[in-house]
Amino acid sequence: MCLGIPGQIVAVTDAARMMAMAEVSGVRRAVNVACIAQGPLEDLVGHWALIHVGFAMAVIDEDEAAKTLEALRGLGEAQETLEAMAAGDAALEGQI
Amino acid sequence: MKYADEFRDPRAARALLDKIADVTAAIGATAENPKRIMEICGGHTHAIFRYGLDKLVPEGLDFIHGPGCPVCVLPMARVDECVELAEDPRVIFTTFGDAMRVPGSRKSLLQAKADGADIRMVYSPLDALEIARRNPEREVVFFGLGFETTTPSTALSIQAAAAEGLENFSVFCNHITVPPPIKALLDDPYMRLDGFVGPGHVSMVIGIHPYDFIARDYGKPIVVAGFEPLDLLQSVLMVLEQIRDGRAEVENQYARVVPEHGNPVSLAAMADVYEPRPSFEWRGLGEIDASGLRIRPAYAAYDAEVKFGVGYGAARRNVPEPEGCACGAVMTGRIKPVACPQFGRGCTPEMPLGALMVSSEGACAAYYQYGGARAEAV
Repeated sequence: MCLGIPGQIVAVTDAARMMAMAEVSGVRRAVNVACIAQGPLEDLVGHWALIHVGFAMAVIDEDEAAKTLEALRGLGEAQETLEAMAAGDAALEGQI
Repeated sequence: MKYADEFRDPRAARALLDKIADVTAAIGATAENPKRIMEICGGHTHAIFRYGLDKLVPEGLDFIHGPGCPVCVLPMARVDECVELAEDPRVIFTTFGDAMRVPGSRKSLLQAKADGADIRMVYSPLDALEIARRNPEREVVFFGLGFETTTPSTALSIQAAAAEGLENFSVFCNHITVPPPIKALLDDPYMRLDGFVGPGHVSMVIGIHPYDFIARDYGKPIVVAGFEPLDLLQSVLMVLEQIRDGRAEVENQYARVVPEHGNPVSLAAMADVYEPRPSFEWRGLGEIDASGLRIRPAYAAYDAEVKFGVGYGAARRNVPEPEGCACGAVMTGRIKPVACPQFGRGCTPEMPLGALMVSSEGACAAYYQYGGARAEAV
């Protein structure tokens, strides 16, 4: 819960709500980009960010993203986060 | 050097470990008279055990595991209040999965869910907002838990709910802040700490200056660190070098992610939505001044404490810890987890008695998971 996970911003989905789509370890997840937006949201597309409970908190470079992901995998945190994302999706449908 | 081989760059790890050994010897730290370095963040605690860093560094270095696991410091009375809220038939109670198994005095959220309460595990407060949009006839409460890394997410969610006029969304705020418990530990006459490894992702939000008091007022070094094992070793070395040189400074080993002044958007949202409580209870540490946050009156409509009359302290306070649970002594570094009479007996990750066994970031769970021969060696 306390560690962010790297994700790549792939599209802006709702500029008014500062929402974008990020790809995290092959999983797509809507994230809020208010904390990293410094200009038009489109400029963020293609960049990597540290994503924490659905909020992009810092822009990082690709090398840092790869190293962080490897460290998180080593701790089992990457899998835990992906499972939490899946649980969140299921909760929206009232399934769990 | 068994574990060092697992590092992404074993040669770099060995070079850092050699330097750590040199400086440890130079400052005269020994097994009998070790330097005690506290890693504040639970993520760091987890990484230290996962990579066996506590066994790779010289005996003259002792890692003291700090209070940086929000699930672990959550008082039992607050868990009871969560269960009370969740059992209200109007409520859909949403929470991070980490909080589900924390024992309350009556039951955990997991048990409450099994008993029929509508409790949903979410990844983000954004999920809770969406559940509120889709269920206008229900009250959706989000369990706001965590340090400064998660606080901006609930602040921004409350702002979003206010902007949309989403009246069935509220947050049960249990956010806490890192600096006050560090000050409390430094003021504790029984606690002897020689330096700190500072949290990485918390500092990404707040920057490095909230730690200035550690160096300035207490004369202790602190180095903000990343999460890779090499980051941690580098940071430990930087703390030791400060001790060797007679310096006490706030240094930033993780500058590639942590800006000196933090994240301005996050800080503005937190300041807009939250204000410090006069004091807040920490499991194992007691009440600590200005260590918790509450929702400002301007956002009272989104404050579950106000909306449901829970308040802070309205429920039974000072719920005693379970019989034989030594979480408090472990939390303050007085004893190692294996010295607790319940460790591995009445308290395991499957059936936790104390909070430190619940989360993978808790010191007891880390000892249990990676302990084995290590636990016997302590």
